Parts: sequence; structure tokens; C-alpha cells
Amino acid sequence: MTQTSMEPSGVTGDVLRLPAGGPRRVPVAKWAVRAGVTLIYLFMLSPLIFVVWLSFFKDAIITFPPSGYTVSWYLNAWRNAAFANGFLLSLQLAASAAVGGVILGVAASLALARYRFPGRRTLGNVLLLPLVVPGIVAGIATYLFYLRAENAFDVDIVGTFGGLVVAHICLTIPWTMRLVGASLSQIDGTIEEAARNLGAGPLRTLWRVTLPMLRPAIVASALFSFIVSFENLELTLPLVGPGKTTLPIAIMQYLEFNLDPTIAAVSAAQILLLGIVMLITDRFVKLSQVI
Amino acid sequence: MANVSLRSLCKQYGNAAAVADFSLEIADGELVAFLGPSGCGKTTTLRMVAGFVEPTAGEIWIGGKEVSRLPPNRRNTGMVFQRYALFPHMTVAENVAFGLEMRHVSSAERTTRIREALDMVRLTPLADRYPRQLSGGQQQRVAIARALAIRPDVFLLDEPLSNLDAKLRTEVREEIRALQRRLGLTTIFVTHDQEEALAIADRLAVMHDGCVQQIGTADALYERPANPFVANFLGKMNFLAGRMADGHFVTARGERLALASASPQATTLGIRPERLRLTDDAPTRDETALPVTVDQTIYLGATLELRLKSAQGEMLVAHLQNTSRDEASRYAPGRALKACFASTDCLFFNA
Repeated sequence: MTQTSMEPSGVTGDVLRLPAGGPRRVPVAKWAVRAGVTLIYLFMLSPLIFVVWLSFFKDAIITFPPSGYTVSWYLNAWRNAAFANGFLLSLQLAASAAVGGVILGVAASLALARYRFPGRRTLGNVLLLPLVVPGIVAGIATYLFYLRAENAFDVDIVGTFGGLVVAHICLTIPWTMRLVGASLSQIDGTIEEAARNLGAGPLRTLWRVTLPMLRPAIVASALFSFIVSFENLELTLPLVGPGKTTLPIAIMQYLEFNLDPTIAAVSAAQILLLGIVMLITDRFVKLSQVI
Repeated sequence: MANVSLRSLCKQYGNAAAVADFSLEIADGELVAFLGPSGCGKTTTLRMVAGFVEPTAGEIWIGGKEVSRLPPNRRNTGMVFQRYALFPHMTVAENVAFGLEMRHVSSAERTTRIREALDMVRLTPLADRYPRQLSGGQQQRVAIARALAIRPDVFLLDEPLSNLDAKLRTEVREEIRALQRRLGLTTIFVTHDQEEALAIADRLAVMHDGCVQQIGTADALYERPANPFVANFLGKMNFLAGRMADGHFVTARGERLALASASPQATTLGIRPERLRLTDDAPTRDETALPVTVDQTIYLGATLELRLKSAQGEMLVAHLQNTSRDEASRYAPGRALKACFASTDCLFFNA
């Protein structure tokens, strides 16, 4: 055993030394790859970099190069009630939608993965629809549906927080289903059987074994749901009420009449917030392993 | 521990019978191996005992109580799975504790029982490790400790060794057998490996296509197989087709062997490769001889496998102990010999 394993390693060592005639080729290729990767990263990050940079420009009308730098746009944004309220509403909405979407999305994924019932495939496809239906179409459809429901049940839905949360939950469910569904298909089903065998009923098996094994996927789902909900514009647009707007809508409304770097400051703050959320999540679950 | 009784157990999937009419009494403390090729229904039967598959018909009794329709968590069986199935997010000790928690064992007693269970498989020093930090053999021993910590009525093992490498397989197998004997565990052991089954079981149930072919001790099945399938699945067997005629077995190709069979309807003669005696001399009084030439010699280390051909073209396989260095050269291809065998070693089938 030892003998056979030592012989080949000696042989490969010799073979590897042979083509060392052109040793310069390898570093050049390596540097080319590095340069390529750096360029791609710069390309992907350039919008972020420019937004953050612009937010410090002194000039109200964006000129290049700037005549100086200032933080006054951040103060301007903070003093603007539409932004501050929009930010708070978006935060509440995204948190609620993430919680609701993850709970329902996990339940749906479990049902689709573990049970066979009529209409199973159809249900799976319907729940994934928000990924393919254009947001503005979904928004108007939801709006019309809400109007009918208001007439039928004599309650206010359009313009209420509850109405927004329900719409955003539908928006976030597909993200949970994709991530949790993929994770479920990786899990060895006999682990759950082992729990049943050891005396756990179906609910305790779910709570003590299945959900803990899905934890990374669930955390990642919550993160994605939060982001998708927080930055959503099109679906939300028809559903907000007067004086109650989310941050993306507040930004859009501001842009109709202004074009100063306040928007850049708001965007930079938003980028910062989402970046922090991602970093915190990454401390609990290595996101690169889930996605 | 308890006795187990399977009564006319059936499992149908659509029109296909995965298990057909399986009846078996397993005594308290007995180890029965379910043996058969994949798809023979052995795992389905085990899963019916554990409660993961609902029988289409028939009953399962454990310790004098019918459990056929009970969910798995109310059957008190301890199961070990092929791929270990440890809880990846729990330490070794937490894995073992799980079944005890489900039974509301007090935390003081839990500690002693975890320790006991881990001592049994000699893994106490690794109690705080996670499954991913253990080797395959260690993981399977944790699974064994976890299944035994709950003091199950029946110990169920579903191909527990097939994910381990050859050397470890023997080691864990012997460990399971020693534990099973010491604790007097009523055990069902599912395997497709005949050597494993022969080595570990008190009794074997050989299955094929959902049907039990034969149930018995290792030597009963080996020496008196009920049909050609069992004969060929447990060890190897030479089969010669033919018929009985005036005190001889006449093979299909026309070799005449002086043998008396209990059944004049016999259509197949079976003889084990290691029961052939190869010699140049005349057969003894109890033996019959078939002149053959060596067709091929396969060197297997401890044994030699010889492919032999009779004058009429019947093929036989013989196994010889490789007792000396020049043993193989004695049986070079082309050499003419007599293959002698005792009539008491012959098996007759009429299938």
C-alpha cells in the first residue's frame, strides 16, 4: 500500500519538472486572469462607486469635475420628511414581508418537496410567478384585485400597510422557495426518518431536525426577501396611499422635480444599510455557501 | 427486548408486489439477516417494521403488541441507516441524547445513558465533536449508540456496513455482533452481502422478487438450499441440467453420472465448487467421477478457481486451497483429471 502510493508520486514529480522549459508563461496567464477579474469587478461596482462619489459633490446641478465636496446633501435628505418617513415605512414593510414570506415560503417548499398531491406542480409554478411577471403588471393586477375585495368585504385594503405587506409577501415567496427548495433537495431524507425512529412526531422532527438543517437557506432567504421588498418600486406604486410612500417611491417623486445629489445621498444611505444587513447575515451564515 | 412476529406481510405498489406474503417469527435476542439482491423487498420489509412503509396487508407484532398501523415514533425500534443519518447540527452527545429527550428521560439519567451508549461503541472521548468531524466508521458507531440508547424493543440495521471500506466493514460487523449478543438484542439486519449475512446472523431470510425463498440457519441454507436461487446466492454452485435414468443422472450433453436421487423428477444437479475433489486416481466407493480437462486456472491467492470441461462439453468450476507454491502449476490448462464428488454432497432440484 505504502509502496504503491509512493512510487507514482515520485514519477509525477519528474513529469512535472520536464516542461519547465517555458517557465515564464504561467505567471503571465495568472496576471492576465487577475487583471480581467479586477476589470469585471470594477465594471460591476462602478454604479455604486459613482453614486457614493456623486453624493458628496458640492454643485446642485451635477457637473464634472465637481467644484468641491460637501455632506450637506445627506442633511438635506434627512430633513426631507418624505425620505425619512419613506425609509421607515420601507424598513417596516421589508421586515414584515421577509418574515411572512419566509414562513410561507418554507411551508410551501416543504409541502412541495415532501408530499405528493394533485396540483403540486401547478402550485409550485404559480408561487414562482412573481419572478417572471413584470412588476408593474403585478402591481396593477393586485390593485384591481384589492378594489374588488374592498367592495366585496367592505374594508380598506389599498393604501393600508396590511395590503402592502400581503403584496410584498407574494413578491418574496419565490426567493425563499428557490433557496429553501434547493437546500431541501440536498438533505438526506433518512435524517428525518432517524428522528421519527427515535420517537419524534412530525412536528418535533420539523422543529428539531428539518428547520435547523435548513437554517443557512432560511437566513439567506430572509436577507433576499428583505432586499427585494425594500427596493421594490413597480409593484408598490399602485398600492400606496397618499402621504404614505416607501423610500423608492419617495425617490421617484423627488426626481420628478429635482436633480440634485440628494438622490445620490439617499441611495448611498440605502446601499450602506443593505451592505450592513449583508455583513451581519454573513457572520451567522456564510452566504457564499448557500447561494 | 422483545420478540417480533411478521404475519403474511404484503406491500403492493400499484400492481407490483414489493413484498409478498412474508411470515417470520424472530425470537427474543435473535439476529435475523434479510438477504437478497437489490429490489428483492428486504429494505421494504425492514421499513414496514420501523413504520416508514405501511403494509398493504398482514400484521407486525413487536413484543406481543400489534404495531402495524402505528407511526414510527410510537414503535420503539432503534434503526441504523446505510448513510448514517446523523443530525449534522448536533454533537455526538446531542445525537445520542435526542431519543432520550423524546422519551422525557430526566437530565441526570440522560447523562449516564449517553455515557453508557458512547462507552459501548468506544466513542466517549468524541462526545463533543460534530458528525462532519468524524470518519465513516465513527459516524456509524455514533448511529449505533444513538439507536441503542433508547433501549429499543428491536434493533434494525439497513445495510449498515455498505458505506464503509472493506477492513472497517469486518471490524464494525464484529462489533455489532458482540454488542447484539451481550445486550441480547432482537435484531433485523438487512444486507445484500452473503458473506456478511452468513457471518453475523443466527438465521437468514433469503429474498428474491419480493418473495421469501428460504429461512434458516447459515449451514441449513448453504447445505440444503430450497431452490437454485438460494443455492447460487449463498456461495457458488455448479448446475448441471439433465434427468434421472436407471440410477444415473444423465446431463443434457450426455454425461452419465452414477448417482441416486431421492426424487426421480430431478432436472438439475447442483454441486459446490469446493466439494469437487480433483484427482488422477479412481474415485472412492462413495464418489462418482467425471473426467475433465482444465480449461482455465484463476489464481485468487488463498484459493485457486479452476474452470473444467468434460468430454461432452459440460462446464464445472472447482475451488482448491492454494496449499503450496507449485499448486497452481499442477493444474495448468489442458491437464486431464477426474472431478470426483460424493453423492451426499449433491443437490437435486426439479425446477
